[in-house]
Amino acid sequence: MNNNILVIILASGVFYGTPLFFAALGELFTERSGVLNLGVEGMMLMGGVSAVWASQHIPGTSWFVVLCSILIGAFAGALVAALHAFLCVTLRTNQTVAGLSITIFAGALGLSSYFANVWDVASETVKHPIRILNPGGLADTPIVGPILFHQTILTYLSWVLCVLSVVYLFRTRTGLKLRSVGESPQTADAVGINVAKYRYIHTILGGALAGVGGTYYSLTIVPQWVDGVTKGAGWIAIALVIFGFWRPDLTLLGAYLFGALQSLGLTLKSRNIQINGSILDAMPFIMTVLVLVIVSGGWAHKRLRAPAALGVPYEREER
Amino acid sequence: MQSPLRLERRLTQPKWLNWGVPLLSLLGALILGGIVLFATGKNPISVYARIVERGFASTDAFSRTLISATPFAFTGLAASVAFRMGLINIGGEGQLYLGTIGAAFAGIAFQDQPTAVIIATMIIFGMLFGGAWAAIVGILKAKFSTNEIITSLMLNYVAAIFLDYLIFNSSSYWRDPKSYGFPTGKRLIKNAYWNDISIGSIEIPFGFVVAVVAAVIVWFLYNRTRFGYEVGVIASSPNAARYAGIRARWKIITVMALSGALAGLGGASDVGDFRHVLDAKGVQISGYGYTGIVVAALARLNPLSAIFVAVFLGGLSNAGYALQGPDFPSGLVGTLQGLILFTAVAGEILTRYRIKRQNTIADGVIV
Repeated sequence: MNNNILVIILASGVFYGTPLFFAALGELFTERSGVLNLGVEGMMLMGGVSAVWASQHIPGTSWFVVLCSILIGAFAGALVAALHAFLCVTLRTNQTVAGLSITIFAGALGLSSYFANVWDVASETVKHPIRILNPGGLADTPIVGPILFHQTILTYLSWVLCVLSVVYLFRTRTGLKLRSVGESPQTADAVGINVAKYRYIHTILGGALAGVGGTYYSLTIVPQWVDGVTKGAGWIAIALVIFGFWRPDLTLLGAYLFGALQSLGLTLKSRNIQINGSILDAMPFIMTVLVLVIVSGGWAHKRLRAPAALGVPYEREER
Repeated sequence: MQSPLRLERRLTQPKWLNWGVPLLSLLGALILGGIVLFATGKNPISVYARIVERGFASTDAFSRTLISATPFAFTGLAASVAFRMGLINIGGEGQLYLGTIGAAFAGIAFQDQPTAVIIATMIIFGMLFGGAWAAIVGILKAKFSTNEIITSLMLNYVAAIFLDYLIFNSSSYWRDPKSYGFPTGKRLIKNAYWNDISIGSIEIPFGFVVAVVAAVIVWFLYNRTRFGYEVGVIASSPNAARYAGIRARWKIITVMALSGALAGLGGASDVGDFRHVLDAKGVQISGYGYTGIVVAALARLNPLSAIFVAVFLGGLSNAGYALQGPDFPSGLVGTLQGLILFTAVAGEILTRYRIKRQNTIADGVIV
């Protein structure tokens, strides 16, 4: 039963969806604060390359090295995000151009590749990849086991994060403040919320989560360093935030859907089912466009739209 | 987080900013890049010297720089015309792919015609395909007010998958049926090649000349016609445009299509000038569309400046190819491009604001 094709498709959806979720959750926080971050791809790659470096150079037991690698991946992503926050919040530059600059600067043809060369991380395989963890033998339960519990520590962590994020955004005072900064920074400022602080913190947090997403690619999926290993996952993450209507729970489901679609072609091919892989590959992107069309007009626009101040620099002097 | 510096909006823009800011930005980028190089154990001066040498210092190097610059010029123009109206078209990448598809189709289909006819149809089909692809984004924006940043970006991936499909996953019109092992596209016949124009010992790609002509036309359109004036009004005040009776929806679609057509023209030049084949992998690796946004931003959306910026960035990436090796790792060019962009967007702030020291005591007294 656990070899059923549907089970395999769902399991790979969770497996390939996890890094998408990390990056998308990060982008979600950033966008909720009113900052558009188009540099996710660059942050993921910087996280990924730093994590590989860490995993090759930090001594110690396997789990310790893995933990350090994840943290260093997150740190690298956060560092790049701090640069984005500086450009967008302090210097109030055009956020689209700033985000694209980040991706060009750090991306597949930029700093991540440069560091990979200088550190020489691509030449050997990763010594301590993030392995599948079977919590208490749960992976052997029929159907649910292989889908949900034949995963890495990062997947289990992502569920915790998902729940925490929902609580944080919709059930805490800080979360309410964060959303008000994204909706109307003027109002937030008037009631004494430090807009710049909120934007900095959540942009940097977003970058850290993107870095973890990148780490998942270089330490779990591949696991080795290849320039541009994320293959555009950062852009999918940005799309996912829209797809999930800026809500962590829906974004998680969307990530699994996109993850399943990404791997569906391969899964079907291994079962000798002939299907046009190109159409499957294109589905996430086409679906995002369709969702965007739906949420852009009418009823949905009022309830499920983007934060109102998304992408608009806040200029306090002009109140 | 009270910053010691304060930004104050400039009411007038002094003339010196127009050349001073880009120059300062470039200098800043070189210094930051130098720090990165130095920190990773390279000598910044010698790296920069070699970039200049291999990018610009000889006629041979300069001819190769123009080859790299040509696609950047087209995608830079494409981004400029859209950004000028506040349309953030980052789909230049996908629109360029569609341009290569259109131009390769024309190059194969009309190969029995005289060269001039082949080239003309390649240009027309490249522009049509790229323009139509971008028009999708424009129509969605005009009809449903969808965010063009995301739709244009998503369509880049759809275009890339479509391009792969034509060459790798199907027996399409473009694929060479005789290519075994690694599938490739049908090669154009020699008659369909766009020939370089030589001035002295500098070889200028025909596509580069087309780009210059296109830049002049775009400049004229945006600075000397009613169309350009209306685009400017929409960009600076959408409401004013509506009261004045300007049909913004039509403009969105038209400007997007124009932007896509320019990117598509870049695709046509890619096929006609350089590759002579629909090269699905090659054109995707290059990231021309994304660099176009860099070009537009550095040129401050001026189509004529875009040509010069394209040559500058072309020189950088040409030197990058020529020097690639252990001393000059791949990734350095993108890093430097990114740094130039950062300092350019950060420098932009100097044109809009004056930086003042925060005077906290005075603030307290005013209350």
